[in-house]
Amino acid sequence: MAQGAATLSTGVAKPRARRSARHRAAYLARRYGLHAIAILLGIVLMLPFYRAVISSLKQVTEVRQIPLVWWPKVPQWSNYADVWNVRFFPLWVWNSIFLTVVATTGTVISSSLAGYAFARFRFPGKNFLFTITLATLMLPAYVLLIPNFMLFWKLGWLNTYLPLTVPFWFGSAFFIFLFRQFFMTIPIELDEAARIDGATYPRIFWSIMLPLSGPAFATAAIIEGINQWNSFLRPLIVLNQPETYPLSVGLRYFVVNPGDNLPKDHLLMAAAVIMTIPVILIFFVGQRYFVRGVVMSGIKG
Amino acid sequence: MTTLTQAATATRPVAARSKLQREQVFWAYVFLLPWIIGLIVFVTGPILFSLGLSFFNYTLGSEVSFVGLDNWIKAFTGDDLFWPTIARTFIYTAVVVPLSVFGALLTAILLNQGLRATTFYRTVFFMPHLAPVVAAIYIWLWLLNPQYGLVNELIFQVGYHLTGTGFKGPGWFGDPSFALPALMLVALWAAVGGNMMVIFLAGLQGIPQELYEAASIDGATAVQKFRHVTIPMISPTLFFNSVLACIVAFQTFEVPFIGTRGGPAYATWLYGLHIYQTSFQFFDMGYGATLAWILFIALSFFTFLQFRSFRNWVFYAGDAR
Repeated sequence: MAQGAATLSTGVAKPRARRSARHRAAYLARRYGLHAIAILLGIVLMLPFYRAVISSLKQVTEVRQIPLVWWPKVPQWSNYADVWNVRFFPLWVWNSIFLTVVATTGTVISSSLAGYAFARFRFPGKNFLFTITLATLMLPAYVLLIPNFMLFWKLGWLNTYLPLTVPFWFGSAFFIFLFRQFFMTIPIELDEAARIDGATYPRIFWSIMLPLSGPAFATAAIIEGINQWNSFLRPLIVLNQPETYPLSVGLRYFVVNPGDNLPKDHLLMAAAVIMTIPVILIFFVGQRYFVRGVVMSGIKG
Repeated sequence: MTTLTQAATATRPVAARSKLQREQVFWAYVFLLPWIIGLIVFVTGPILFSLGLSFFNYTLGSEVSFVGLDNWIKAFTGDDLFWPTIARTFIYTAVVVPLSVFGALLTAILLNQGLRATTFYRTVFFMPHLAPVVAAIYIWLWLLNPQYGLVNELIFQVGYHLTGTGFKGPGWFGDPSFALPALMLVALWAAVGGNMMVIFLAGLQGIPQELYEAASIDGATAVQKFRHVTIPMISPTLFFNSVLACIVAFQTFEVPFIGTRGGPAYATWLYGLHIYQTSFQFFDMGYGATLAWILFIALSFFTFLQFRSFRNWVFYAGDAR
């Protein structure tokens, strides 16, 4: 909790040599203390991951063994092969990838278009529309869930992927806001120069905004991609054929309806690890963008 | 938000400007078309529709009948689960929000000390937030398993080393009085290093170092500096995070749904679960819509209160507000 400048304040009138020795000792103690706290916190936060990984490498009999098996005698790497034979697991993975890619692409494209309009154009109703857009950010998902479900039902969309993809091609308030914030940082002189050269607005968007907005697109794609990959409630209410589930809903199947009655705890853990790995990989690759996106959304509500 | 374009167009001749204006308006609506359609079809339309629905008795696939305020009255007086669920959700929120907001703030402060390996720590702290909720729940069910869970094993070991006999850990998700705390634990695990921490970190890095130096010269202790420099300077961030954390906490669904199905003995039956059960298990859409609208109104009111109190404690540097 001590602040960065705290070390500057100890002793003002002390002789120089003594002061710097004391100073240094205090500085080191504080550093080591902070590192200790950080490492301890890291271990606590990582414990569930450790548990998942070791459980996924155990034999079935070891999973529920008491006392706890901290490291499996013979790591069962074959669990990771076996999990692909469980029910529709390969299908679930494919479904998740498909839904994530289609929905994320839609969100990014439609939101960037709207973000561009809010960032650059003057038009009647702009403030009104933008206020509504921001207001929907605060909307609890449940208010939309029931009427949307009925809409999908009326349209005959239940048990298809339409409810899980089509709505995302119509924009999302959060990303519209994100794109707007980003586009506003691009100098408007560039647009004007292009206008003078006779470029149309779509052309400006395509040839000026797009090439300069790589980071914004990466940010939106990563955040929305992770959201979609983890999405649970929507597929849960819309789909009821197990072979159409995405991984998030399918995972539940290991427990709720194991097919045969054999315990699958080790496979469940392997599946959980498999589901987590792509998210972590994507985060590592795009960490910079991800963090920036979160920050951009947070600075000024 | 319009200042840039205003400044740019203000200097043009009137005729050219109006042509430019027309063209801008046209393209603005072209670019906004998908969002406007989406807003009407998937957002505002459905909101109004569900408000209307709350005045009808409608179970999916059966006859619709107008019942006036019956659903609303039923919620407040005729539904045995309603008030206990509200109370439970409030308790959950009241514990999780302050702990996770301040936990995230402390974690961010820790990362703002210029330690070596800060990037590594940040990645590690952020990891729980990234784990898919569904996967995380199953892992936590294992961790908190009363018999072979790692947490109770640790509790036992600590007891064993301290007293010679092991401590017996609680039943967590299996015990009505520990199920909600277990839920809070999972939420805190995901939150202390998550988005809120990243946002706080950005806020902290925006605090001018001179303020701390000035405070040091005045003889302020670390705690005083935290209280009188850090807190006021990041109060906008603190406010933003608190509002969002409340909205998220009120809507908690996945963990109790997958982990405990609201049990044992309704101990983890949070409001989101109540809506889900009503609408998608019993397909009582009219009452489900009413419950969703009550949540909507309550959240709006709550957020409004937060914005009201916001003027009293949020400080914008270099801002007249």
